[in-house]
Amino acid sequence: MSNVIEAHDIRKNYQMGEVLVEALRGVSFTIKRGEIVAIMGPSGSGKSTLMNTLGCLDRPSSGEYILDGEPVASLNDDQLASIRNRKVGFVFQSFNLLSRQTAITNVELPLRYSGKPDGRRERAIEALQAVGLGDRMTHRPYELSGGQQQRVAIARALVNNPAIIMADEPTGNLDSKVGKEIMNLLLNLNRDSGTTLIIVTHDPTIAEQTQRVIRLRDGLLDGDS
Amino acid sequence: MTLLQAFIEALESLSGNKLRSGLTVLGIVIGVAAVIAMLAVGQGAQASITGSISGIGTNLLFVFRGDPGDNVRNPKPLTLGDADALRDQFTAPSIEAVAPALQGNGVVSFGGEQTSPQLFGVTPEYFQVRNLNLAEGEFITEEHMLGRASVVLIGSEVAEALFGHADGVTGETVRIEGQPFRVIGVLETKGGGAFGSEDNQVIVPFTTAQSRLIRRSTNDRVDIIFVQAVSGDVVTQASEEIATILRSRHRTPVGADDFTVFTQQDLLTTFQSITGILTIFLGGIAGISLLVGGIGIMNIMLVSVTERTREIGLRKALGARRRDILIQFLTESSLLSLIGGIIGIILGWLISFIVGQIAAANETAFTPIVGTDAILLATIFSAAVGLFFGIYPANRAASLEPVEALRYE
Repeated sequence: MSNVIEAHDIRKNYQMGEVLVEALRGVSFTIKRGEIVAIMGPSGSGKSTLMNTLGCLDRPSSGEYILDGEPVASLNDDQLASIRNRKVGFVFQSFNLLSRQTAITNVELPLRYSGKPDGRRERAIEALQAVGLGDRMTHRPYELSGGQQQRVAIARALVNNPAIIMADEPTGNLDSKVGKEIMNLLLNLNRDSGTTLIIVTHDPTIAEQTQRVIRLRDGLLDGDS
Repeated sequence: MTLLQAFIEALESLSGNKLRSGLTVLGIVIGVAAVIAMLAVGQGAQASITGSISGIGTNLLFVFRGDPGDNVRNPKPLTLGDADALRDQFTAPSIEAVAPALQGNGVVSFGGEQTSPQLFGVTPEYFQVRNLNLAEGEFITEEHMLGRASVVLIGSEVAEALFGHADGVTGETVRIEGQPFRVIGVLETKGGGAFGSEDNQVIVPFTTAQSRLIRRSTNDRVDIIFVQAVSGDVVTQASEEIATILRSRHRTPVGADDFTVFTQQDLLTTFQSITGILTIFLGGIAGISLLVGGIGIMNIMLVSVTERTREIGLRKALGARRRDILIQFLTESSLLSLIGGIIGIILGWLISFIVGQIAAANETAFTPIVGTDAILLATIFSAAVGLFFGIYPANRAASLEPVEALRYE
């Protein structure tokens, strides 16, 4: 299996007022296509920074990062936006749906920025059906339960057939029963379509369901199992 | 993202906060409506004044005593002799007709009613030179002149004041300064003019005025000479001919004329420059309110950008480029000003219409003119306001870092 992520000696520094914060101090690993990986670590360990870097929301200060065959460490903002659009699907803890738009319009949103005008609606419908919301397409977020909202968000992450799905505490705002359903959905999607799944979490029960756990501590790799 | 999509999204976003969008639009509406209405009033005033100046005669020149700067002491009065000299075909070939006149005020009464119109003593040429028409009756003739006849032509306003109506009053006898005069005609209504109402005047034969109504120190003295040039092309020549003749008759030193020749064109130019300044002034004040409306847009867009920081972060995470966000917010601000502009044009036109109606109700000859240039100006200006005041907030939105924006609470 080929590597979808190759991270080599990634460092990230922030200037916080007078202090230079070293959020990542040289992290290297690879993730294979179709893997399910959990990223764990205490607060301040740098896992959010790592997620932002892997999701192409931010550039590393130094180091090399190749996503799905494309080196992204030195791209400009618009090129990064394009990479995010094509290769990364995001699932957030707080869903981040556009509150005034219907489920289907929310799912279509990444397609609008992809510049391909054809078949948007069809692909959005497919994605919603894949997450089991074929009958809720014209509902707005406030008409949906938390679990349903997260399903819409997952459909939105899927709709561009991304190389990786980055899920940041995807069950953090849900109760345990619904959280389990969402995890099962993500695992099923991985099994059925082979999408690489990266889950950032505090929750050890979630980490148990993944094949591999990358642990961070103080900006360094603290374990990879 | 196509422009159509951006347009639809902007519309959705603006309609999501109707009160706020409405109030912002209102700022632009007031600005644009004010610009349109003010320009219309200014242009209407210009047209009305131009019309009334054209109405006072054709190729007309006025000759007054005294110089415009009042620098010449003891200017000689104009006389009938001066007027006769101007009639000379050889020294003044550009002059068609000459009408000397006496001008004064007098109380005119009929029964218990009385009024104080302008009083003119004129020769028969006056009616040709001044383009006067009669609603009824006849003009003053040479016979009236020779006989110093007690006859009078009255303006329609005077007729209304004395008789309560302006028709069928020919043959009645009115008193001017206590002396009886027979009404031989009524002037056609002209409406308000640049020199007070043209309808509020009475006209008697020159000789009658000279001997009985408007007494002057010397017998052959006149107050004003109206001169008609042969055609519009020779008005300047006519003016020079008048000056030459009067200089030699008055024996004035060079550069110290004791008379003033004023052409209709001079008058037109003067008033047009006055109304032009008025229009710019009114439009400028209205423009300030448009500017304030623009600042309102900027304010609301800045609030909107702050409120939607997370949304912007999300859109960027999903692949929106800088340009996409820029277009999104610029579309919103332009849409605000465009809607405001359209409503403002309609409202401004309505205001102009109402102003015109009020003027008509007061029998003032004044119609505001909503020109296509004003509409074009307001449209372009309001769109520019939307773009200009939208750029800063949109740019701010577009420059947000996705990581920061997503973390924003």
